[in-house]
Amino acid sequence: MSTAPDKPANPQRRKALQDMARFGGGAAACGVMLAAFAEQSRARPADALRPPGALPEAEFLSACIRCGLCVRDCPYDTLKLADWSDGPALGTPYFHARTVPCEMCDDIPCVKACPTGALDHSLVEINKAKMGVAVITSRETCLNLQGLRCDVCYRVCPVIDKAITLERTHNTRTTKHAIFEPLVHPEHCTGCGKCEKSCVLSEAAIKVLPVEIALVKQDAHYRRGWVEKDKAGGALVDAPVKLEIRRPELPKLPGAPQ
Amino acid sequence: MSANLTPYVEARQTKGVWLASRFAILRRASQLFFLALFLTGPLLGVWIAKGTIASSMTLGVLPLTDPFVMLQVLATRHWPEMLSLVGAVIVLVTYLLAGGRSYCAWVCPLNPVADFAAFLRRRFNITQSAKLRPEFRNWIAAAALIVSAITGVVVWELVNPITALHRALVFGLWFGLVPALAVFVFDLFVARHGWCGHLCPVGACYGTIGKVGVLKVSAAARSRCDDCMDCFAVCPEPHVIAPALRGERTGASPVILNADCTLCGACIDVCPEKVFRFTHRFDHGLEDTVPVGMSPQAPATTAAKAA
Repeated sequence: MSTAPDKPANPQRRKALQDMARFGGGAAACGVMLAAFAEQSRARPADALRPPGALPEAEFLSACIRCGLCVRDCPYDTLKLADWSDGPALGTPYFHARTVPCEMCDDIPCVKACPTGALDHSLVEINKAKMGVAVITSRETCLNLQGLRCDVCYRVCPVIDKAITLERTHNTRTTKHAIFEPLVHPEHCTGCGKCEKSCVLSEAAIKVLPVEIALVKQDAHYRRGWVEKDKAGGALVDAPVKLEIRRPELPKLPGAPQ
Repeated sequence: MSANLTPYVEARQTKGVWLASRFAILRRASQLFFLALFLTGPLLGVWIAKGTIASSMTLGVLPLTDPFVMLQVLATRHWPEMLSLVGAVIVLVTYLLAGGRSYCAWVCPLNPVADFAAFLRRRFNITQSAKLRPEFRNWIAAAALIVSAITGVVVWELVNPITALHRALVFGLWFGLVPALAVFVFDLFVARHGWCGHLCPVGACYGTIGKVGVLKVSAAARSRCDDCMDCFAVCPEPHVIAPALRGERTGASPVILNADCTLCGACIDVCPEKVFRFTHRFDHGLEDTVPVGMSPQAPATTAAKAA
């Protein structure tokens, strides 16, 4: 249909396009603000730990619908839902190890309660949980590292002698005593936080940090000879390379013996 | 327009207080009931419904999940556990029968807040209102889903005043009252029925379900209408009424088919002429013109359906 050029060919279509621009503009503005909120919600404080079985943080925020069912089924009131002032994304579950650590229930009721799988239902053995990794954050104040015998973090660890061991070293200060250093083995640590909770100091010298902070991946470009050797099943080169000795000829000094 | 300031007066005189306010009372009872299911646990130690209105487990057997929350999760491309999917399907089927936005009027914890703002508007004759269009909520819903897809975060739940209010009441996260307060101020001073009627994407989602919902309100006795305009004054979505109520000339069905209708029953309460009644979407029947008081009143048995 052709009409006069100063009149819209199709007033309804023009109206629809105008509406679309208005609503689309409003919705886009709203979307930008929501996106800003979404990005901001990724900033989780390092002392806020996720429940057992929680997916890696980015996937967790995709899956958690902030219903609080895990919190309700936690028998020890470990888990809390985040309010706006708490730090983790609004309404998501977290716990502070120093306040109430995870008691590592055998039947993992929080994971079973999760309706969306933000807490991974394939976690059935609580010792495989990875809520975080304990790290001695204050070697200067840890009593054991000063040569005293505290051992509390080691004693309370539910995975004792695997997740934390005591490593005996020489006390160079007294020269005649031993230091029993608590050493965390990340592959066995579940991040339950009992060590942090139990640290006798007024501020814990051992703290559980989220996996993203505490477990750093080895750079792939470093080739470690001993690993490569194991992989190859033998030395990577046949024999030590015989290098020629190259040095400048000594100048002949007058009077020197032939 | 003095009638619009005191819309219930005539209805109370002609029908009595109960018939002029029964759906308002039943709705508050229903809203309290659904909240109480979640509160008996934390307050009395008797657990009926665990979780929140985003997703819940009732008596350990009935999972329920909000469909819009589920859509956001699917938008992030996380494939959820069956538990939440089953819960969302149960809610979906329920509202296909119960009419979609009946959630807004009978279940949503934010509704009393919005209703209170609307009441204050009528009471203090606050008439100025920003012009918004009901379709805008569909666009906000789309924006929330798109941003969920792009960022991979269940994004509306960071600002959703409904779930925030519910978490505030059920879990004691008191900052959750802030968005509800914002909705109250917005509805009171900025736009009439601004949030629920124009912006809320959760309502948009239930409204979409309501497009094929079965439970409906019908202006079956529209021939008795004396144009007092009371129903338009109290209806949270007044644009839904006219096509059905004024449909006599065009021969349109008396059933209010527009899915924006929240099935709150305020029009039924407020109408002194008993024009409206609850019915199903296929009931296009009209009531004969009989003076009020002598009409064979159909029993409103389907009316109290809450969820």
